[in-house]
Amino acid sequence: MESDFVLSQSDGRPMYLQIIDQIRLRIAVGDWEPGFKLPSIRELAVATRVSVITVKRAYHELETEGVIVTQQGKGSFVAQIDDLGLRLREEELEQHLRDAIEVARSLGLDAEEIKKRLDELMDDQTTHDKTTRTQNVR
Amino acid sequence: MTDAIRLSGVNKHYSHFELNDIDLTLEKGSIMGFIGPNGAGKSTTMRIIMGLVAADSGTVEVLGHRIPEQQVAAKWNIGFASEDMNLYKSATVNWHIDFIKSIYPSWDDDYAQLLLKRFDIRPDQRVKGLSHGQRVKAGLLLVLARRPKVLLLDEPTTGLDPVARTEVLNELMDVLADEDRAVLFSSHNTRDVEQISDKITFLDRGRIIDSRDKETFLDSWRRIRFEAPADFDMPELPAIASSQHNGRLATVTTADFDPEITERLTRRGAVIQSIDNMTLEEIFVSEVMSSREGEAA
Repeated sequence: MESDFVLSQSDGRPMYLQIIDQIRLRIAVGDWEPGFKLPSIRELAVATRVSVITVKRAYHELETEGVIVTQQGKGSFVAQIDDLGLRLREEELEQHLRDAIEVARSLGLDAEEIKKRLDELMDDQTTHDKTTRTQNVR
Repeated sequence: MTDAIRLSGVNKHYSHFELNDIDLTLEKGSIMGFIGPNGAGKSTTMRIIMGLVAADSGTVEVLGHRIPEQQVAAKWNIGFASEDMNLYKSATVNWHIDFIKSIYPSWDDDYAQLLLKRFDIRPDQRVKGLSHGQRVKAGLLLVLARRPKVLLLDEPTTGLDPVARTEVLNELMDVLADEDRAVLFSSHNTRDVEQISDKITFLDRGRIIDSRDKETFLDSWRRIRFEAPADFDMPELPAIASSQHNGRLATVTTADFDPEITERLTRRGAVIQSIDNMTLEEIFVSEVMSSREGEAA
């Protein structure tokens, strides 16, 4: 099996998390649809040059999250959940927001201030989008 | 199921060096990275597993065969490659291939041809004309194409350029496509070991200082960086490998991370900046340091 997984030793995050991300990404964009049979743990390990135990851990976590289902002797499959791709993208967004809130709190910002910052950024973004559009027209 | 390699209570005494109480188990279908500084005893341990050196005490089994008593039976299924592998300088790579082929019925000629291509080695070249990297790869080819069940590789990637290193590590992973086979490889380069190993064993001064599965290893260590209040008093924390406190910034590394640790720091007024995973290299150095400190005490 050829692998197009992008894994990096300099990423800073543990390898099993990178594998989880890559699998979630494939499901989120719809390349791996519900019911899709995942490569076996050993196949994916050999293809990505990552140890069996690391891939095993990634599959185990995805199972706990309910993203994949493993049937004894048959293999692992993408869970049959409607809109799983969409759900995963929403979860990803939520995670980013949670991380941002955590950083904001550590800087001593309260809820009101965090919301204000977010509003300001959204305004900036809208202005930026308009400018880019105008430039593109030109 | 019999294990690929099993060592229990192995001792070996030399006038200048001692191997102490080595316990080691390698299951089939897995790769173990054997990490230690130069002179830690990695090569000696491998030579004992191969039956090239007899242990003073303890038991050694390879695929269920007692070593050295049953080493003849075991050797058909063990492949050993070391950095200083002796190839005949004036003979060609092909000559070596024919020689090994004539001895081992398990020789896989198609695989040998494939490896020649992947390793970029010309079979008609004489060994003395090969670069260091090509010589190492030629030695590995002679072992890999026998398709042994157990591979013992002593520093297989040392002195190789990045391309050759990747080629060699790729082949080791391919071996693992077969869940019946196992690899034990030593290195002082933790980066090589970190990605492909299932189990990690740290060796220093003739003793195993730690041996666990890699995920547990990497998961239990953390570096916590935090901002401490002016009157900060570092609490007594469990499993702290090192702690530094200079001005307002402090760092704590722990061998057994638990959210409880950050909670206790926060309760004393610390503002956590980051909780980072550590690389195997950082973990290794920490373990060697604290093991040596323990010895000195």
